[in-house]
Amino acid sequence: MCPAGDQKPLELVVKRKAFRTASGKRREVLRDFAMTMDLGKVYALVGPSGAGKTTLLRILIGLDKDFEGSTNVPQYARIGMVFQEPRLLPWRSVFDNLRLAAPQTSDDDIKKIAGDLGLGDHLSHYPGELSLGLARRVALARAFAVRPDLLVLDEPFVSLDMALATRLREELAALVDRTRVTTLLVTHSLDEAIHLADHIILLGGEPTAIIGEVDIASPRSAMTDSAAVEAKAKIASILAQSAAR
Amino acid sequence: MLRLASLLLLIAIWQIAAICVHSHVLPPPLAVVTTMAKEAQSGALFFNLGITLLRVIVSFLLAMIGGMILGVFMGRNKTFDRLADPWLVVLLNLPALVIIVLAYIWIGLTEPAAIVAVALNKLPNTTATIREGARALDNGLEEMASVFAMPLRTRVQHVLLPQLAPYIAAATRSGLSLVWKIVLVVELLGRPNGVGFEIYTAFQLFDVKLLLAYALPFIVIMLGIETFVVQPFERHVSRWRPKAA
Repeated sequence: MCPAGDQKPLELVVKRKAFRTASGKRREVLRDFAMTMDLGKVYALVGPSGAGKTTLLRILIGLDKDFEGSTNVPQYARIGMVFQEPRLLPWRSVFDNLRLAAPQTSDDDIKKIAGDLGLGDHLSHYPGELSLGLARRVALARAFAVRPDLLVLDEPFVSLDMALATRLREELAALVDRTRVTTLLVTHSLDEAIHLADHIILLGGEPTAIIGEVDIASPRSAMTDSAAVEAKAKIASILAQSAAR
Repeated sequence: MLRLASLLLLIAIWQIAAICVHSHVLPPPLAVVTTMAKEAQSGALFFNLGITLLRVIVSFLLAMIGGMILGVFMGRNKTFDRLADPWLVVLLNLPALVIIVLAYIWIGLTEPAAIVAVALNKLPNTTATIREGARALDNGLEEMASVFAMPLRTRVQHVLLPQLAPYIAAATRSGLSLVWKIVLVVELLGRPNGVGFEIYTAFQLFDVKLLLAYALPFIVIMLGIETFVVQPFERHVSRWRPKAA
Protein backbone atom coordinates (compact mmCIF):
# COMPACT_ATOMS: atom_id res chain seq x y z
CA MET A 1 0.00 0.00 0.00
CA CYS A 2 0.96 3.60 0.26
CA PRO A 3 3.90 3.54 2.72
CA ALA A 4 6.98 2.10 1.01
CA GLY A 5 7.81 -1.44 1.99
CA ASP A 6 4.25 -2.42 2.77
CA GLN A 7 3.58 -4.24 -0.48
CA LYS A 8 1.25 -7.03 0.60
CA PRO A 9 -1.54 -7.91 -1.82
CA LEU A 10 -5.05 -7.07 -0.64
CA GLU A 11 -7.23 -9.96 0.42
CA LEU A 12 -10.96 -10.32 0.76
CA VAL A 13 -12.42 -13.51 2.22
CA VAL A 14 -16.14 -13.89 2.81
CA LYS A 15 -17.04 -17.30 4.17
CA ARG A 16 -20.64 -16.38 4.60
CA LYS A 17 -22.83 -13.32 4.32
CA ALA A 18 -26.54 -13.31 5.01
CA PHE A 19 -29.26 -10.69 5.09
CA ARG A 20 -32.41 -10.72 7.12
CA THR A 21 -35.39 -10.27 4.82
CA ALA A 22 -38.37 -8.09 5.66
CA SER A 23 -40.27 -11.19 6.75
CA GLY A 24 -37.48 -11.99 9.22
CA LYS A 25 -35.95 -14.93 7.32
CA ARG A 26 -32.21 -15.20 6.82
CA ARG A 27 -31.19 -15.25 3.18
CA GLU A 28 -27.63 -16.29 2.45
CA VAL A 29 -26.23 -14.18 -0.40
CA LEU A 30 -22.52 -15.07 -0.45
CA ARG A 31 -20.57 -18.20 0.36
CA ASP A 32 -16.87 -19.14 0.22
CA PHE A 33 -15.69 -16.11 -1.67
CA ALA A 34 -11.98 -15.34 -1.68
CA MET A 35 -9.93 -13.00 -3.81
CA THR A 36 -6.44 -11.54 -3.74
CA MET A 37 -5.59 -8.24 -5.39
CA ASP A 38 -2.02 -7.52 -6.44
CA LEU A 39 -1.14 -3.87 -6.00
CA GLY A 40 -1.44 -1.73 -9.09
CA LYS A 41 -3.76 -4.14 -10.90
CA VAL A 42 -7.38 -3.72 -11.94
CA TYR A 43 -9.90 -6.35 -10.91
CA ALA A 44 -13.48 -6.64 -12.07
CA LEU A 45 -16.34 -8.44 -10.37
CA VAL A 46 -18.92 -9.42 -12.96
CA GLY A 47 -22.25 -11.03 -12.25
CA PRO A 48 -25.98 -10.66 -12.62
CA SER A 49 -27.92 -8.04 -10.67
CA GLY A 50 -28.57 -9.08 -7.09
CA ALA A 51 -25.54 -11.39 -6.98
CA GLY A 52 -24.04 -9.44 -4.08
CA LYS A 53 -21.34 -7.59 -6.03
CA THR A 54 -22.00 -4.31 -4.28
CA THR A 55 -22.12 -6.16 -0.96
CA LEU A 56 -18.61 -7.55 -1.59
CA LEU A 57 -17.36 -4.11 -2.38
CA ARG A 58 -18.94 -2.62 0.74
CA ILE A 59 -17.34 -5.35 2.84
CA LEU A 60 -13.92 -4.67 1.27
CA ILE A 61 -13.94 -0.99 2.21
CA GLY A 62 -15.45 -1.49 5.65
CA LEU A 63 -18.95 -0.10 5.07
CA ASP A 64 -20.45 -3.51 5.87
CA LYS A 65 -18.99 -5.29 8.89
CA ASP A 66 -21.71 -7.90 9.40
CA PHE A 67 -20.13 -10.94 7.70
CA GLU A 68 -18.03 -14.02 8.40
CA GLY A 69 -14.57 -13.61 6.93
CA SER A 70 -11.79 -11.08 6.76
CA THR A 71 -10.18 -8.29 4.76
CA ASN A 72 -6.70 -6.84 5.13
CA VAL A 73 -7.30 -3.35 3.78
CA PRO A 74 -5.34 -1.21 6.27
CA GLN A 75 -7.19 1.37 8.37
CA TYR A 76 -5.00 4.12 6.95
CA ALA A 77 -5.57 3.19 3.30
CA ARG A 78 -6.95 6.09 1.29
CA ILE A 79 -9.97 4.90 -0.59
CA GLY A 80 -11.36 6.57 -3.68
CA MET A 81 -14.86 5.42 -4.40
CA VAL A 82 -17.37 5.96 -7.17
CA PHE A 83 -20.84 4.96 -6.04
CA GLN A 84 -23.67 3.92 -8.34
CA GLU A 85 -25.13 7.40 -7.87
CA PRO A 86 -22.76 10.39 -7.94
CA ARG A 87 -23.43 11.21 -4.24
CA LEU A 88 -22.18 14.79 -4.45
CA LEU A 89 -22.93 17.45 -1.86
CA PRO A 90 -25.61 19.48 -3.70
CA TRP A 91 -24.94 22.63 -1.63
CA ARG A 92 -21.25 22.76 -2.56
CA SER A 93 -19.68 23.69 -5.90
CA VAL A 94 -17.92 21.05 -7.98
CA PHE A 95 -14.55 22.36 -6.80
CA ASP A 96 -15.63 22.30 -3.14
CA ASN A 97 -16.90 18.74 -3.53
CA LEU A 98 -13.42 17.70 -4.65
CA ARG A 99 -11.71 19.92 -2.07
CA LEU A 100 -13.70 18.56 0.90
CA ALA A 101 -13.05 14.93 -0.07
CA ALA A 102 -9.35 15.53 -0.65
CA PRO A 103 -8.12 18.22 1.78
CA GLN A 104 -4.51 17.06 1.42
CA THR A 105 -4.43 17.60 -2.36
CA SER A 106 -3.32 21.01 -3.64
CA ASP A 107 -5.73 23.31 -5.50
CA ASP A 108 -3.63 23.00 -8.65
CA ASP A 109 -3.72 19.21 -8.57
CA ILE A 110 -7.47 19.21 -8.02
CA LYS A 111 -7.94 21.54 -10.97
CA LYS A 112 -5.69 19.35 -13.10
CA ILE A 113 -7.63 16.17 -12.31
CA ALA A 114 -10.90 18.00 -12.98
CA GLY A 115 -9.46 19.34 -16.22
CA ASP A 116 -8.38 15.86 -17.33
CA LEU A 117 -11.99 14.74 -16.96
CA GLY A 118 -13.36 17.71 -18.89
CA LEU A 119 -14.68 19.54 -15.82
CA GLY A 120 -12.53 22.65 -16.19
CA ASP A 121 -15.48 24.90 -17.05
CA HIS A 122 -17.74 23.49 -14.36
CA LEU A 123 -15.68 23.96 -11.19
CA SER A 124 -17.90 26.73 -9.84
CA HIS A 125 -21.20 25.01 -10.73
CA TYR A 126 -23.44 23.31 -8.23
CA PRO A 127 -24.18 19.59 -8.81
CA GLY A 128 -27.84 20.41 -9.47
CA GLU A 129 -26.76 22.33 -12.56
CA LEU A 130 -24.91 19.35 -14.08
CA SER A 131 -26.12 16.57 -16.35
CA LEU A 132 -25.83 13.01 -15.04
CA GLY A 133 -22.80 12.41 -17.26
CA LEU A 134 -21.01 15.43 -15.82
CA ALA A 135 -22.01 14.53 -12.26
CA ARG A 136 -20.47 11.08 -12.79
CA ARG A 137 -17.28 12.72 -14.00
CA VAL A 138 -17.19 14.76 -10.80
CA ALA A 139 -17.59 11.56 -8.78
CA LEU A 140 -14.73 10.04 -10.76
CA ALA A 141 -12.57 13.14 -10.26
CA ARG A 142 -13.31 13.03 -6.54
CA ALA A 143 -12.15 9.42 -6.31
CA PHE A 144 -8.86 10.28 -8.03
CA ALA A 145 -8.40 13.56 -6.16
CA VAL A 146 -7.77 11.74 -2.88
CA ARG A 147 -4.77 9.99 -4.52
CA PRO A 148 -6.24 6.66 -3.54
CA ASP A 149 -4.35 3.56 -2.45
CA LEU A 150 -7.43 1.65 -3.50
CA LEU A 151 -9.94 2.71 -6.12
CA VAL A 152 -13.40 1.19 -5.86
CA LEU A 153 -15.97 1.60 -8.63
CA ASP A 154 -19.55 0.43 -8.24
CA GLU A 155 -21.18 0.36 -11.70
CA PRO A 156 -19.72 3.78 -12.40
CA PHE A 157 -21.31 4.19 -15.84
CA VAL A 158 -24.72 2.68 -15.27
CA SER A 159 -27.63 4.58 -16.88
CA LEU A 160 -25.41 6.58 -19.23
CA ASP A 161 -25.92 6.29 -22.97
CA MET A 162 -23.45 4.01 -24.73
CA ALA A 163 -21.38 6.68 -26.48
CA LEU A 164 -20.87 8.60 -23.27
CA ALA A 165 -20.19 5.45 -21.25
CA THR A 166 -17.54 4.40 -23.78
CA ARG A 167 -15.85 7.79 -23.66
CA LEU A 168 -15.81 7.89 -19.88
CA ARG A 169 -14.50 4.33 -19.83
CA GLU A 170 -11.59 5.34 -22.06
CA GLU A 171 -10.83 8.35 -19.87
CA LEU A 172 -10.94 6.13 -16.80
CA ALA A 173 -8.60 3.59 -18.43
CA ALA A 174 -6.09 6.35 -19.17
CA LEU A 175 -6.27 7.65 -15.60
CA VAL A 176 -5.85 4.18 -14.11
CA ASP A 177 -2.84 3.52 -16.35
CA ARG A 178 -1.26 6.80 -15.37
CA THR A 179 -1.81 6.44 -11.62
CA ARG A 180 -1.25 2.66 -11.41
CA VAL A 181 -3.82 2.47 -8.63
CA THR A 182 -5.13 -0.86 -7.34
CA THR A 183 -8.72 -0.96 -8.55
CA LEU A 184 -11.82 -3.03 -7.95
CA LEU A 185 -14.59 -2.53 -10.48
CA VAL A 186 -18.05 -3.93 -9.99
CA THR A 187 -20.15 -4.20 -13.12
CA HIS A 188 -22.68 -6.31 -14.94
CA SER A 189 -21.26 -5.24 -18.29
CA LEU A 190 -18.74 -7.67 -19.76
CA ASP A 191 -17.50 -5.03 -22.18
CA GLU A 192 -16.70 -2.66 -19.36
CA ALA A 193 -14.82 -5.40 -17.49
CA ILE A 194 -12.84 -6.56 -20.54
CA HIS A 195 -11.80 -3.04 -21.47
CA LEU A 196 -10.75 -1.98 -17.99
CA ALA A 197 -9.61 -5.00 -15.97
CA ASP A 198 -6.46 -7.09 -15.80
CA HIS A 199 -8.37 -9.86 -14.11
CA ILE A 200 -12.07 -10.69 -14.22
CA ILE A 201 -13.89 -12.64 -11.53
CA LEU A 202 -17.21 -14.11 -12.62
CA LEU A 203 -19.90 -14.51 -10.00
CA GLY A 204 -23.00 -16.66 -10.12
CA GLY A 205 -25.15 -19.22 -8.34
CA GLU A 206 -27.32 -19.00 -5.26
CA PRO A 207 -25.81 -18.16 -2.80
CA THR A 208 -23.28 -16.36 -4.95
CA ALA A 209 -19.85 -17.89 -5.41
CA ILE A 210 -16.98 -17.53 -7.88
CA ILE A 211 -17.73 -19.51 -11.04
CA GLY A 212 -14.60 -18.62 -12.96
CA GLU A 213 -11.70 -16.21 -13.40
CA VAL A 214 -10.15 -14.81 -16.58
CA ASP A 215 -6.90 -12.90 -17.08
CA ILE A 216 -6.94 -10.19 -19.72
CA ALA A 217 -3.48 -10.17 -21.24
CA SER A 218 -3.55 -7.19 -23.58
CA PRO A 219 -3.23 -3.69 -22.09
CA ARG A 220 -6.33 -1.52 -21.62
CA SER A 221 -5.06 1.36 -23.70
CA ALA A 222 -4.30 -0.92 -26.70
CA MET A 223 -7.14 -3.43 -26.48
CA THR A 224 -7.81 -4.80 -29.97
CA ASP A 225 -11.19 -6.01 -31.13
CA SER A 226 -9.87 -9.52 -31.64
CA ALA A 227 -8.46 -9.62 -28.09
CA ALA A 228 -11.81 -8.49 -26.77
CA VAL A 229 -13.63 -11.14 -28.76
CA GLU A 230 -11.22 -13.80 -27.54
CA ALA A 231 -11.78 -12.80 -23.91
CA LYS A 232 -15.53 -12.82 -24.42
CA ALA A 233 -15.38 -16.34 -25.91
CA LYS A 234 -13.42 -17.56 -22.88
CA ILE A 235 -15.96 -16.05 -20.53
CA ALA A 236 -18.87 -17.48 -22.53
CA SER A 237 -17.45 -20.99 -22.21
CA ILE A 238 -17.04 -20.59 -18.45
CA LEU A 239 -20.65 -19.39 -18.16
CA ALA A 240 -21.85 -22.33 -20.30
CA GLN A 241 -19.97 -24.85 -18.14
CA SER A 242 -21.38 -23.27 -15.00
CA ALA A 243 -24.91 -23.43 -16.39
CA ALA A 244 -24.48 -27.09 -17.36
CA ARG A 245 -23.45 -28.04 -13.82
CA MET B 1 -46.90 48.67 -0.75
CA LEU B 2 -50.04 46.72 0.05
CA ARG B 3 -48.52 45.72 3.39
CA LEU B 4 -47.84 49.35 4.27
CA ALA B 5 -51.39 50.35 3.33
CA SER B 6 -52.75 47.56 5.49
CA LEU B 7 -50.62 48.73 8.42
CA LEU B 8 -51.80 52.34 7.96
CA LEU B 9 -55.41 51.13 7.91
CA LEU B 10 -54.85 49.37 11.25
CA ILE B 11 -53.51 52.59 12.78
CA ALA B 12 -56.44 54.56 11.33
CA ILE B 13 -58.97 52.13 12.86
CA TRP B 14 -57.13 52.41 16.17
CA GLN B 15 -57.31 56.23 16.00
CA ILE B 16 -61.03 56.22 15.18
CA ALA B 17 -61.79 53.70 17.93
CA ALA B 18 -59.83 55.78 20.43
CA ILE B 19 -61.85 58.87 19.50
CA CYS B 20 -65.16 56.95 19.79
CA VAL B 21 -64.34 55.26 23.09
CA HIS B 22 -62.59 58.31 24.53
CA SER B 23 -61.22 56.53 27.58
CA HIS B 24 -57.77 56.17 29.10
CA VAL B 25 -57.91 52.39 28.52
CA LEU B 26 -57.66 52.98 24.76
CA PRO B 27 -55.23 55.85 24.15
CA PRO B 28 -54.78 57.17 20.59
CA PRO B 29 -51.57 56.26 18.67
CA LEU B 30 -49.98 59.67 19.21
CA ALA B 31 -50.31 59.41 23.01
CA VAL B 32 -48.52 56.06 22.90
CA VAL B 33 -45.73 57.56 20.79
CA THR B 34 -45.37 60.44 23.27
CA THR B 35 -45.06 58.01 26.18
CA MET B 36 -42.56 56.00 24.16
CA ALA B 37 -40.48 59.14 23.56
CA LYS B 38 -40.58 59.99 27.27
CA GLU B 39 -39.44 56.50 28.25
CA ALA B 40 -36.73 56.65 25.58
CA GLN B 41 -35.48 59.98 26.89
CA SER B 42 -35.08 58.66 30.41
CA GLY B 43 -33.22 55.62 29.00
CA ALA B 44 -35.66 53.19 30.61
CA LEU B 45 -37.08 52.04 27.28
CA PHE B 46 -33.69 51.02 25.85
CA PHE B 47 -32.54 49.44 29.09
CA ASN B 48 -35.64 47.27 29.39
CA LEU B 49 -35.78 46.41 25.69
CA GLY B 50 -32.08 45.50 25.80
CA ILE B 51 -32.33 43.28 28.83
CA THR B 52 -35.37 41.47 27.42
CA LEU B 53 -33.64 41.02 24.08
CA LEU B 54 -30.60 39.60 25.86
CA ARG B 55 -32.79 37.09 27.70
CA VAL B 56 -34.47 36.15 24.42
CA ILE B 57 -31.15 35.58 22.66
CA VAL B 58 -29.48 33.58 25.45
CA SER B 59 -32.43 31.30 26.12
CA PHE B 60 -33.13 30.92 22.40
CA LEU B 61 -29.54 29.88 21.68
CA LEU B 62 -29.53 27.45 24.61
CA ALA B 63 -32.76 25.85 23.41
CA MET B 64 -31.58 25.69 19.80
CA ILE B 65 -28.19 24.14 20.54
CA GLY B 66 -29.60 21.68 23.09
CA GLY B 67 -32.55 20.83 20.87
CA MET B 68 -30.33 20.28 17.84
CA ILE B 69 -28.00 17.91 19.66
CA LEU B 70 -30.90 15.97 21.20
CA GLY B 71 -32.85 15.98 17.93
CA VAL B 72 -29.96 14.61 15.88
CA PHE B 73 -29.29 11.84 18.39
CA MET B 74 -32.97 10.94 18.62
CA GLY B 75 -33.34 10.95 14.86
CA ARG B 76 -30.28 8.75 14.30
CA ASN B 77 -30.45 6.33 17.24
CA LYS B 78 -33.62 4.27 17.69
CA THR B 79 -32.84 3.14 21.26
CA PHE B 80 -32.11 6.68 22.40
CA ASP B 81 -35.25 7.86 20.63
CA ARG B 82 -37.38 5.34 22.51
CA LEU B 83 -35.76 6.30 25.82
CA ALA B 84 -36.06 10.05 25.37
CA ASP B 85 -39.40 10.23 23.57
CA PRO B 86 -41.65 10.00 26.69
CA TRP B 87 -39.65 12.82 28.30
CA LEU B 88 -40.11 14.86 25.17
CA VAL B 89 -43.86 14.28 25.18
CA VAL B 90 -44.10 15.29 28.85
CA LEU B 91 -42.09 18.44 28.23
CA LEU B 92 -44.04 19.30 25.07
CA ASN B 93 -47.32 19.13 26.99
CA LEU B 94 -46.22 20.79 30.22
CA PRO B 95 -47.76 24.30 30.29
CA ALA B 96 -45.18 27.07 30.04
CA LEU B 97 -46.46 28.57 33.28
CA VAL B 98 -45.82 25.34 35.21
CA ILE B 99 -42.22 25.18 34.00
CA ILE B 100 -41.64 28.83 34.88
CA VAL B 101 -43.09 28.58 38.40
CA LEU B 102 -41.22 25.34 39.10
CA ALA B 103 -37.95 26.87 37.90
CA TYR B 104 -38.44 29.86 40.19
CA ILE B 105 -39.31 27.63 43.15
CA TRP B 106 -36.49 25.14 42.60
CA ILE B 107 -33.70 27.45 41.44
CA GLY B 108 -34.87 30.69 43.08
CA LEU B 109 -35.95 34.05 41.70
CA THR B 110 -32.71 34.44 39.75
CA GLU B 111 -31.54 35.16 36.22
CA PRO B 112 -30.45 31.55 35.56
CA ALA B 113 -33.87 30.30 36.65
CA ALA B 114 -35.52 32.68 34.18
CA ILE B 115 -33.25 31.62 31.31
CA VAL B 116 -33.61 27.90 32.09
CA ALA B 117 -37.39 28.20 32.27
CA VAL B 118 -37.60 29.84 28.84
CA ALA B 119 -35.08 27.47 27.25
CA LEU B 120 -36.92 24.43 28.63
CA ASN B 121 -40.15 25.70 27.09
CA LYS B 122 -38.56 25.96 23.66
CA LEU B 123 -36.28 22.89 23.84
CA PRO B 124 -38.84 20.12 23.12
CA ASN B 125 -40.15 22.07 20.17
CA THR B 126 -36.70 22.35 18.58
CA THR B 127 -35.89 18.74 19.40
CA ALA B 128 -39.02 17.44 17.68
CA THR B 129 -38.39 19.53 14.55
CA ILE B 130 -34.71 18.64 14.24
CA ARG B 131 -35.51 14.97 14.90
CA GLU B 132 -37.67 14.97 11.77
CA GLY B 133 -34.73 16.43 9.86
CA ALA B 134 -32.31 13.86 11.26
CA ARG B 135 -34.64 11.04 10.25
CA ALA B 136 -34.65 12.34 6.68
CA LEU B 137 -30.83 12.50 6.42
CA ASP B 138 -29.31 10.98 3.28
CA ASN B 139 -27.48 7.76 4.18
CA GLY B 140 -25.69 7.81 0.82
CA LEU B 141 -23.93 11.06 1.70
CA GLU B 142 -23.12 9.73 5.17
CA GLU B 143 -21.45 6.68 3.58
CA MET B 144 -19.62 8.87 1.10
CA ALA B 145 -18.24 10.99 3.95
CA SER B 146 -17.18 7.86 5.80
CA VAL B 147 -15.45 6.22 2.78
CA PHE B 148 -13.57 9.43 2.03
CA ALA B 149 -12.63 9.61 5.74
CA MET B 150 -13.89 13.18 6.13
CA PRO B 151 -13.06 14.58 9.56
CA LEU B 152 -15.91 15.14 12.02
CA ARG B 153 -15.83 18.91 11.55
CA THR B 154 -16.24 18.63 7.78
CA ARG B 155 -19.05 16.13 8.23
CA VAL B 156 -20.97 18.34 10.63
CA GLN B 157 -20.38 21.55 8.69
CA HIS B 158 -20.75 20.35 5.12
CA VAL B 159 -22.78 17.14 5.25
CA LEU B 160 -25.02 17.30 8.33
CA LEU B 161 -25.92 20.98 8.83
CA PRO B 162 -26.85 21.77 5.20
CA GLN B 163 -29.31 18.89 5.25
CA LEU B 164 -30.78 20.14 8.53
CA ALA B 165 -30.87 23.79 7.42
CA PRO B 166 -34.58 23.90 6.42
CA TYR B 167 -35.51 22.30 9.75
CA ILE B 168 -33.25 24.70 11.66
CA ALA B 169 -34.88 27.63 9.87
CA ALA B 170 -38.36 26.33 10.76
CA ALA B 171 -37.37 25.84 14.40
CA THR B 172 -35.83 29.33 14.45
CA ARG B 173 -38.93 30.99 13.09
CA SER B 174 -41.41 29.32 15.42
CA GLY B 175 -38.85 29.54 18.23
CA LEU B 176 -38.19 33.24 18.21
CA SER B 177 -41.84 34.20 18.51
CA LEU B 178 -42.44 31.57 21.19
CA VAL B 179 -39.36 32.54 23.21
CA TRP B 180 -40.04 36.25 23.35
CA LYS B 181 -43.61 35.71 24.49
CA ILE B 182 -42.44 33.38 27.26
CA VAL B 183 -39.64 35.75 28.27
CA LEU B 184 -42.29 38.41 28.99
CA VAL B 185 -44.18 36.01 31.27
CA VAL B 186 -40.97 35.06 33.04
CA GLU B 187 -40.15 38.73 33.60
CA LEU B 188 -43.65 39.46 34.80
CA LEU B 189 -43.48 36.67 37.37
CA GLY B 190 -40.04 37.06 38.79
CA ARG B 191 -37.68 39.68 37.34
CA PRO B 192 -37.18 43.29 38.49
CA ASN B 193 -36.70 44.64 34.95
CA GLY B 194 -37.39 44.00 31.29
CA VAL B 195 -40.39 44.60 29.03
CA GLY B 196 -42.47 41.99 30.91
CA PHE B 197 -41.81 43.74 34.23
CA GLU B 198 -42.78 47.12 32.77
CA ILE B 199 -45.98 45.66 31.36
CA TYR B 200 -46.80 44.29 34.80
CA THR B 201 -46.26 47.74 36.29
CA ALA B 202 -48.49 49.27 33.60
CA PHE B 203 -51.15 46.67 34.36
CA GLN B 204 -51.16 47.55 38.06
CA LEU B 205 -51.53 51.23 37.19
CA PHE B 206 -54.02 50.49 34.40
CA ASP B 207 -51.63 52.51 32.21
CA VAL B 208 -52.34 51.27 28.69
CA LYS B 209 -50.13 53.99 27.16
CA LEU B 210 -47.11 52.61 29.02
CA LEU B 211 -48.08 49.04 28.19
CA LEU B 212 -48.23 49.72 24.45
CA ALA B 213 -45.14 51.94 24.59
CA TYR B 214 -43.17 48.84 25.62
CA ALA B 215 -44.99 46.17 23.61
CA LEU B 216 -44.88 47.88 20.19
CA PRO B 217 -41.12 48.56 19.97
CA PHE B 218 -40.43 44.97 20.89
CA ILE B 219 -42.67 43.70 18.10
CA VAL B 220 -40.73 45.96 15.73
CA ILE B 221 -37.42 44.52 16.96
CA MET B 222 -38.60 40.93 16.45
CA LEU B 223 -39.88 41.81 12.97
CA GLY B 224 -36.46 43.29 12.24
CA ILE B 225 -34.70 40.09 13.33
CA GLU B 226 -37.02 38.05 11.12
CA THR B 227 -36.46 40.31 8.11
CA PHE B 228 -32.77 41.09 8.45
CA VAL B 229 -31.41 37.92 10.09
CA VAL B 230 -33.66 34.88 9.61
CA GLN B 231 -34.74 35.48 6.02
CA PRO B 232 -31.25 36.33 4.69
CA PHE B 233 -29.94 33.22 6.49
CA GLU B 234 -32.58 31.10 4.77
CA ARG B 235 -31.72 32.59 1.38
CA HIS B 236 -28.04 31.98 2.03
CA VAL B 237 -28.41 28.31 2.92
CA SER B 238 -30.74 27.57 0.02
CA ARG B 239 -28.72 29.41 -2.65
CA TRP B 240 -27.58 26.10 -4.20
CA ARG B 241 -31.13 24.98 -4.99
CA PRO B 242 -31.92 25.34 -8.70
CA LYS B 243 -34.38 28.21 -9.12
CA ALA B 244 -37.83 27.23 -10.24
CA ALA B 245 -38.40 28.30 -13.83
